[in-house]
Amino acid sequence: MSDAVNQFLFGWYPYLCIAIFLFGSLARFDREQYTWRSGSSQLLRRKQLTWGSNLFHVGILIIFIGHFVGLLTPIAVFDAIGISHGFKQMLAIVVGGVAGVACFIGLTLLVHRRLFDARIRNNSSFGDIAVLLLLYVQLTLGLATIPISLQHLDGGEMVRFMTWAQGIVTLQPGVASLIADANPIFKLHLFLGMTIFLVFPFTRLVHIWSAPVWYLGRRGYQVVRTREQTGPYGGMGHTGQFPPREPGERPVPAE
Amino acid sequence: MKIRAQVAMVLNLDKCIGCHTCSVTCKNVWTSREGMEYAWFNNVETKPGIGYPKEWENQDRWNGGWRRKRNGTIEPRIGSKWRVLANIFANPDLPEIDDYYEPFTFDYQHLQKAPELQATPTARPRSLVSGKRIEKIEWGPNWEEILGGEFSKRSADVNFEGVQKEIYGQFENTFMMYLPRLCEHCLNPACVAACPSGAIYKREEDGIVLIDQDKCRGWRMCVSGCPYKKIYYNWSSGKSEKCIFCFPRIEAGQPTVCSETCVGRIRYLGVVLYDADRIEEAASAADEQDLYEAQLSIFLDPNDPEVIAQARADGVPDNWLESAANSPVWKMAMDWKVAFPLHPEYRTLPMVWYVPPLSPISSAVEAGTLGSDGEMPDVRRLRIPLRYLANLLTAGKEEPVAQALERMFAMRAYMRAKTVDGVVDGSIPEKVGLSTEQMDHMYEVMAIANYEDRFVIPTAHRELTEDAYDLRGSCGFSFGNGCSGGTSEPNLFGPQKKHKTPLEVA
Repeated sequence: MSDAVNQFLFGWYPYLCIAIFLFGSLARFDREQYTWRSGSSQLLRRKQLTWGSNLFHVGILIIFIGHFVGLLTPIAVFDAIGISHGFKQMLAIVVGGVAGVACFIGLTLLVHRRLFDARIRNNSSFGDIAVLLLLYVQLTLGLATIPISLQHLDGGEMVRFMTWAQGIVTLQPGVASLIADANPIFKLHLFLGMTIFLVFPFTRLVHIWSAPVWYLGRRGYQVVRTREQTGPYGGMGHTGQFPPREPGERPVPAE
Repeated sequence: MKIRAQVAMVLNLDKCIGCHTCSVTCKNVWTSREGMEYAWFNNVETKPGIGYPKEWENQDRWNGGWRRKRNGTIEPRIGSKWRVLANIFANPDLPEIDDYYEPFTFDYQHLQKAPELQATPTARPRSLVSGKRIEKIEWGPNWEEILGGEFSKRSADVNFEGVQKEIYGQFENTFMMYLPRLCEHCLNPACVAACPSGAIYKREEDGIVLIDQDKCRGWRMCVSGCPYKKIYYNWSSGKSEKCIFCFPRIEAGQPTVCSETCVGRIRYLGVVLYDADRIEEAASAADEQDLYEAQLSIFLDPNDPEVIAQARADGVPDNWLESAANSPVWKMAMDWKVAFPLHPEYRTLPMVWYVPPLSPISSAVEAGTLGSDGEMPDVRRLRIPLRYLANLLTAGKEEPVAQALERMFAMRAYMRAKTVDGVVDGSIPEKVGLSTEQMDHMYEVMAIANYEDRFVIPTAHRELTEDAYDLRGSCGFSFGNGCSGGTSEPNLFGPQKKHKTPLEVA
């Protein structure tokens, strides 16, 4: 791979993806909240979903947290608390491997269901199918990196990826050269991973932003809205054109 | 004390003829759209029957409503907040669309386009979900109409609890009644409690429970939480929807569409004042059979000067207080005690109440004597078992339902004496604990049921919070972004799939 291509894919492309991921999500949240949903198809077919969805989601949450913590925690932190690079890599392989296999089984069920159940297929958009297949390929690539990692257990390769990821988020695009000679499977995995961020705002993946953890902190159970809070149309969801006004605020007639 | 007002409904089942006009007008206005074909904000069930969706009253199966814990507090039956979140990836208590019915249409065009055939062309059914041919329709809207199907199937109705149901399978003993159902707009709604997004809320000013369509994320816990199964997941938009109590009409002082179009004039709408601070206490009553009385105990007398003063202080407008004093719901629920909540044992404190139906005396010997001597028939020998009605309306407690039926019989006897014999017999209302004035008024409201007696709805005061100046020239209610309707194409954020109508598929 030429240096220019490498620099583009691992030096600049990440910023393109992050920018679209953040601003796209913001724009969609602001403009199109009616389309912002998990897109569950459980009502149409329960079969395969209980196992598929639970395995997939639990697996992918572990993998996501693993990548987030594993890649973005400065290596100095691990050194300070006495976790060796080799041990950290082994931990990543074992935990990631188990979660990955669970996720793979779940995703297989979900893909099968989406493609071959007439009810689900007929009500799937291009994006629904595309994002599912994208995750499927990405997960397969991720699992395929395990045999490669097992060939060098010193954690050196892993530390290079950590340095790269931390370099990207600390705005040092020069770090792309660090991974220029990494195994192509790793590079493909990185590329697809960034692409998922790129397409994120345009798919149902946006429901991740809305993970309702705040529910646990809700005081009591009931929600009552006063007249001031409901807004126009009785509060069925204001449609963006009438922002809620402060109580008592009067409109100023146009000149 | 914190006084709030709610527009509540009473349905007089004694007069329901099961014509489904309420269901059809409601559907035409609110749910005649892709994704909501299967959903009926209002439906009419024939009882006994398993209902819509199948066995909705069987909470051992669906886990709707609230559960009282050992320490005396209540939590949704689907589980604590932790459990709700743990089940979010695959909700174990969610009905499948087949539990409602798979929506279908027919290949009508085939009737026009078929080539010359030996046999007459037919319009065969086709699924509106998958677009595929349905060879045989196994279940559909109102499949059990007028006791359709075998007794063994409809006897799964949980309201038979404590009833010797076998004898009601015999032709001579069979009975039926209609039960129109809509969202109960509960004081203690389980759907609101179950919604992890906080998108469902009760409006403070009129008690209507709504789902904010912008904030709903489709976690579908409300569908499970609601014991009446009156929240529907729109499989096309991925959002949940429910009966909105026709709030644009209510705000304008008009009755809901189902009430307006009811040909039997069985529906009543009126304001009820209640103490919002005591909702939890009432919903947590230790004995299920006390829940009906517990709910009555938090309703407040609209003629009590103290209540009026406090209500004013809590921001209830004066025209609402006037309506509350003249509310048909208050009269039937509190004054005459002839209306009851549907399944109070769910602990949601529902606000759509029902007057139980009278039915003929089951014994032929006694049937001949009824009405001739003004004697009150024994309501325990009516064709519809008292226990069945009690299971439906008072968690199995028979006395209040018996008293209501007696009062309705008394009203008939009293009016017969008055109009046929020309005698005002004060002993008849006295026997059932009412005065002649009350009975005359009861007749006026329940039997004559003039429009202005049925619907006493104050207009909302939206001018207090929004300026008509802003709304001038706007596009009104829409499902999407501003006036676009949400279906504008192309759309950067995942265009709505172009739906192939089944006929295009064919």
